Amino acid sequence: MAASLHIAGIRKVFGKGDKSVEILKKIDIEVAPGEFLILVGPSGCGKSTLLNIIAGLEEPTEGELRIADKNVIGMAPAQRDIAMVFQSYALYPTMSVADNIGFALEMRKVPLEVRQKRIKEVAAMLQIEHLLDRRPAQLSGGQRQRVAMGRALARDPQLFLFDEPLSNLDAKLRVEMRAEIKRLHQLSGITTVYVTHDQIEAMTLGSRIAVMKDGVLQQIGTPDDIYRRPANTYVAGFIGSPTMNFIVGQSSGSGAEGRFSFEGGTLNLPCPVTAAVTLGQRPEHIHLSDDAAWRGQVSLVEPTGADTYVGVQTAVGMITVRTAPSTLVKVGDHVGLSVSAAHNNWFDTNSGMRLG
Amino acid sequence: MNAKNLSRLAIYAVLGVAVFFFLAPLYVMLVTSFKDAEQIRSGNLLSLPQGLNLESWQLAWSSACTGVDCRGLKPYFMNSVLMAVPAVLISTAWGALNGYVLSMWKFRGSDLLFGFILFGVFMPFQVVLLPMSQVLGFMGLSSSIAGLVLVHCLAGMAGTTLFFRNYYTAIPRELVNAARMDGAGFWRIFVRIVIPMSTPILMVTLIWQFTNIWNDFLFGVAFSGADSKPVTVGLNNMANTTSSVKSYNVDMAAAIIAGLPTMMVYVLAGQYFVKGLTAGAVKG
Repeated sequence: MAASLHIAGIRKVFGKGDKSVEILKKIDIEVAPGEFLILVGPSGCGKSTLLNIIAGLEEPTEGELRIADKNVIGMAPAQRDIAMVFQSYALYPTMSVADNIGFALEMRKVPLEVRQKRIKEVAAMLQIEHLLDRRPAQLSGGQRQRVAMGRALARDPQLFLFDEPLSNLDAKLRVEMRAEIKRLHQLSGITTVYVTHDQIEAMTLGSRIAVMKDGVLQQIGTPDDIYRRPANTYVAGFIGSPTMNFIVGQSSGSGAEGRFSFEGGTLNLPCPVTAAVTLGQRPEHIHLSDDAAWRGQVSLVEPTGADTYVGVQTAVGMITVRTAPSTLVKVGDHVGLSVSAAHNNWFDTNSGMRLG
Repeated sequence: MNAKNLSRLAIYAVLGVAVFFFLAPLYVMLVTSFKDAEQIRSGNLLSLPQGLNLESWQLAWSSACTGVDCRGLKPYFMNSVLMAVPAVLISTAWGALNGYVLSMWKFRGSDLLFGFILFGVFMPFQVVLLPMSQVLGFMGLSSSIAGLVLVHCLAGMAGTTLFFRNYYTAIPRELVNAARMDGAGFWRIFVRIVIPMSTPILMVTLIWQFTNIWNDFLFGVAFSGADSKPVTVGLNNMANTTSSVKSYNVDMAAAIIAGLPTMMVYVLAGQYFVKGLTAGAVKG
């Protein structure tokens, strides 16, 4: 059964008086039933604190929190009908895998036969039936991860919480488990809140992404929204890899007469305002072209297999360009850079906020 | 012989000296306890006995005299068992519970409280002898085994709390949080999750407490009555009873009997002691 989650005006202050630190500053988020919400941000942005508040492991200083339209402020974690997967997995080391998965059911006084049936179902879903008699110490990282998810699934909760569950896995396993989590979410349809600092996880898993920084919600939207229409330079720089190029300059004119001039170049681009603006341009939307007026010198060539990223040193700083792997440019080459009028992101240089 | 072998040899030599230093007295005690009075007088301190003469062991256990009381060491030994077993179990359980609260259910001022408890580890116990005897008097426990149990529980609690608190600090907080979300409360988490993870530190604490309490002389001599003297005090009194002939063999046998339980505990559970002291963070 999927539940909605209503977060309104949540604040969290640690400490008192002069030494107090505001970790969360009025967070408002609505999560629809069945949604997969990602909380993403750098370490210290408050995302884990927000998750702990939802879980009931910490109490907010003020604000409203409802799960399935029921106020849960002051309610013990066990009574909120939520399950959580922790970063360290937090498996009970002295219990077998089966007992780990069944522990929450046992605490809820579910009869033994029902419990065993449920453990088998969950184990089958996660393909860990052959591990049920083992202890956590005898499992590999990926297997522990599966057991941790099994423990959360067993209870069939209203809400799933994930706290950076993949950060202890190696790169290959991480990709595998990411797909697994997505599959399980589609299978169960349970509303999920997932904390990560990895923007690839955020983009691939989330039905919506909430980007946080310094306890403030920067933007919330679909992965596509966040990627194509970042609300400010922070979000623009945080999401996407390699990161978006920022060119600080001055805009003038409008429509076909629009010009954007900056140190070392002028581009024929229409900007919504005439002001000191910053152009944000992703590496895939800047191209190398020999006859362009804006010039620079190649200082870095990074082949990744599918694409090759070329770092070009210009008067406004390093510009990263995505090219085909067949590119012939070498470090030291002088190249021209061109930008089309599509996919331009304009930001106010002073406030960093998106324009238009 | 190369340098590596030479340094090896030096290490064994140093260890050999250490072993000799600690085992020589035990050897002398053992061989003396099996000799009769004649052999002790005529022979050498280190010479082997002429046979296994168990008479002095029997005397020491059941009929050696302390003053006019000729019941041997047995009643004192029993007193020590009656004192040590409950005191060890209670002080260990108490320390485990304290450590659990002070590491996983911190409250305002809990670290300060722990700091105060630590005073108990470093405080010389002579300081509390007089006030403690007053308290035992008020409680009607003077000169009783129950009184000694209480004193040992109080004296040991600081140390056991320190052991468990530091061990539990290494247990990830997420484990407790996971159990809370699963629906387990304070006691359930303690009994089902934390205690089963505590075997190494439990062993360390049990051995530590048993050795301390069994070997204690200060509290035994200060707070016991005629019928509640522990074996350490009994041994002292027996060896100091003046008679025309000093029976070294009986004294030696009695001393070994008094020390045997702690040796047995170490032999049986010693491997856990070393493991427990070196066990670091618990891998989940």
